[in-house]
Amino acid sequence: MSSNATTRIVGAPVPRKEGINKLLGRAQYVDDIERDGMWHGAAVRSAIPRGTIRSITYDPRIDWSELAVVTAADVPGENCIQLKVADQPCLADGKVNHCEEPIVLLAHPDKHKLGQAVAAVRIEYDPLPPVFTIEESERQDRIVWGENNLLESFLLEKGDVDAAWAEARQIVEGEYRTGAQEHLYIENNGMIAEYSAENGVTAWGSLQCPYYVFKALRGVFGLPEEKVRVVQTETGGAFGGKEDYPSILACHAALLAMKCGHPVKMVYDRMEDLAVTTKRHPSRVRHRTALNGEGKLLAMEIDLATDGGAYATLSSTVLSRATLHAAGPYACPNVRVRARSWATNHVPYGAFRGFGAPQAIFAMERHMDEVAAAIGLDPVELRRRNFLHQGDTNASEQLMREPVILDRLLDRALAESDYHAKRARFSRENPARTVKRGMGIAAFYHGSGFTGSGEVYLNSLAGVDVTPAGQVRVLVSNTEFGQGTNTILTQIAAEALGVDYSDVAMAAPDTAMVPNSGPTVASRTSMVVGRLVERASLQLVAMLREHAGLGAGYTRDEFLAACERQRAAHGEVRSLCRYEAPPGISWDDENYHGEAYGAYAWAVYVAQVAVDMVTYSAEVEEFWAVQEVGRVLNPVLAAGQIEGGVAQGIGYALYEKVVVENGRMANNQMTNYIMPTAEDVPPIHVYFEEIPFHHGGFGAKGIGELPHDGPAPAIVNAIRDATGIGFRAIPLLPEDLFARLASQESVEEPAAL
Amino acid sequence: MSARRSAIHFTVNGERRAVQAPPMKRLLDVLREDLRLTGTKEGCGEGECGSCSVRMNGELVNSCLVPALQAEGAEIQTVEGLALDGRLHPLQQAFLERGGAQCGVCTPGMLMAAAQLLDHNAHPTLPEIREALAGNLCRCTGFIRIFESVVAAAAAKMDERASEAVLEQAHNAR
Repeated sequence: MSSNATTRIVGAPVPRKEGINKLLGRAQYVDDIERDGMWHGAAVRSAIPRGTIRSITYDPRIDWSELAVVTAADVPGENCIQLKVADQPCLADGKVNHCEEPIVLLAHPDKHKLGQAVAAVRIEYDPLPPVFTIEESERQDRIVWGENNLLESFLLEKGDVDAAWAEARQIVEGEYRTGAQEHLYIENNGMIAEYSAENGVTAWGSLQCPYYVFKALRGVFGLPEEKVRVVQTETGGAFGGKEDYPSILACHAALLAMKCGHPVKMVYDRMEDLAVTTKRHPSRVRHRTALNGEGKLLAMEIDLATDGGAYATLSSTVLSRATLHAAGPYACPNVRVRARSWATNHVPYGAFRGFGAPQAIFAMERHMDEVAAAIGLDPVELRRRNFLHQGDTNASEQLMREPVILDRLLDRALAESDYHAKRARFSRENPARTVKRGMGIAAFYHGSGFTGSGEVYLNSLAGVDVTPAGQVRVLVSNTEFGQGTNTILTQIAAEALGVDYSDVAMAAPDTAMVPNSGPTVASRTSMVVGRLVERASLQLVAMLREHAGLGAGYTRDEFLAACERQRAAHGEVRSLCRYEAPPGISWDDENYHGEAYGAYAWAVYVAQVAVDMVTYSAEVEEFWAVQEVGRVLNPVLAAGQIEGGVAQGIGYALYEKVVVENGRMANNQMTNYIMPTAEDVPPIHVYFEEIPFHHGGFGAKGIGELPHDGPAPAIVNAIRDATGIGFRAIPLLPEDLFARLASQESVEEPAAL
Repeated sequence: MSARRSAIHFTVNGERRAVQAPPMKRLLDVLREDLRLTGTKEGCGEGECGSCSVRMNGELVNSCLVPALQAEGAEIQTVEGLALDGRLHPLQQAFLERGGAQCGVCTPGMLMAAAQLLDHNAHPTLPEIREALAGNLCRCTGFIRIFESVVAAAAAKMDERASEAVLEQAHNAR
């Protein structure tokens, strides 16, 4: 197995593959691309959260003959963007289920005139009463989706929870909530599409998953595979926000292109992007936990609910990951997780880094501190007593076959952060200070790759080839959007092929050129696709040795000469591999039981927080992130992933609030949706413990989502340590701190008045 | 926007340029559309994110907030003007080596803000770097590697200056 061997390129801090183009300003993002005769497109959207469309009228002061106008009636195939359930129309037809739902599409050569035309479409509605909260939806007195508003539900059962309560020494309950979060990729969603009867549809755009967009276009246009082509342009951040939404935008641009006979560009401005695209699902999680006299978990009953918004989109798969991460990295004999995703009349929620896990882990790790306080045990000690170890089973009764080093991660996190000494010092100093400090911790794991049988269903195909010009290429549909796909996959191929990093390039992310190696989501690229690229590369070397006279040790020139002999004999130099599940994997989708993930990445995070009792602002002063993600393929990129994820997690906890009024995002501007800036982000210390995972690319497991899971609970636990108040909802803004802390002070210190 | 156009003359990356544009057209759009200098990016269109940062007459500006007429006669530098004679600017080199760029959309503006800082403060402290970059949002990196890149570039520029000084001394001593 190569993962333990000494490597030349894997593990080295080679520079980002496409970095030079980005630094010179030459990288071509979708809005940087012009096509001959290109028009611009826009959508006219629902002004109400729920109702029927009574009429659409077009102001006669506009010369509509200059414009392309598209409605649901123009959709040639199915008027549906299907991910799991066929419920979401590409264009609203007769009724709307959320604000900003697209109803009419317009295109014009001139952006300015296009804007005037959008304002000149009048849509009248007969409103219906909307549902805006999980509580309203689950009461089911107003049905806004399906028969019962329930988008999805899962039940996970381990042991006998009901029997465990009687044995408990203590039972601790708690309810925790998380808000929506915007991805805030700096490049907004955008797409260019062309249509011709001969070639069908081509779409170029900012996206994560070319084959998702491909599938959506096929459905909406009713076209065969050879008539649809999707090309990813350089993509300026995604974080899940370009997993499902680009399918809608590509269909819109392509419908307009078909109507006007020109290429059509649709690039959202920030206000539109914030108002109409997906966000992280808001959640409510209730925990009921039984403990024995030794601080060991006896039973966990977890009720988890998410607001899915108006259509099913990815809510079921987000809920699945939330369910499987809800009980944390703990050994507990009796677990029940009841999870439900409820429909509301909000803009549909979607994929966002962590994909349900950050919500579930916020609740679990906040609850652990509440449990610790309730039973009078140190929160570190409570975790240590209940950590999973190799040989244990987790909540879905997956056997932990691989090493689990939570104790080591915890020890390192405590040592690096000087946790105990600082906590003791802060508790001494705080009473006399207006700025109160605290230390908080979170322990968690994150499953790499698709859940359960997901990777088997995906059946990914990936590989390498060598062009006649001697260019070695990685053939995958996995995309670069800042996280490092290009770099790590070319590192893996170069390593396995025995050539230099500079010899290997990525084939264009174009469905006409690359096989379907699955979506670029779920922390699967390094582990699953990386392993496919590694296998395909080794297979090519074996092929060249057997059939093209490649010697045991070879130079780059000898390798390329062997490739040419192979090409002369077989017409091409190409090696593809299909996904094979690691042995012994079994998953029961009905009962949510078994091997939920091929591997888990593990982490312990520590936050040091200061709460100013005059301004009621909470600030993260320093952060320590200790994790085991298998083999680290590129230390600079890996640390960058962790730091960026931690910064997003800090925003999730303390800054980022999506304000929704009557179903519409009210703060859809960067002026009032606040993310952490260069002045807000604390020093972030990143440490990796490496245990190669034999079924991952050169030993790698997933890394991308993990760092978003831990910061929020660690920070709010630190605020508890600083103030004595266990806040149970995020985002936790100064006004929320004020509401609790100010009243607490007046209660505690009446004599001072 | 009015269809009336004015002739606007300015210097961009050392070259004299003239465009016919509506006077209130955003400098950002003039650069991107009229001059096809697409390295400068739009992130928010309201001066919050800094992706469209360029240098104009020695100041760092958000080009989405500058009307074209205000650029009349101005000296403008964009990301395309940072690398000289095929050599990366020390900031570009440092960002490349140290992971200062991920998705790359904030990068052109971030480089301009950092270049502005280093031109006025050859050895900035970490708080000075944080303050100078506070108007440029990056959603990928958490800023840590951007700070490191700026520190490394400052050190590299010092080395460059030091070696130039040594060369000069050597020259004078001859």
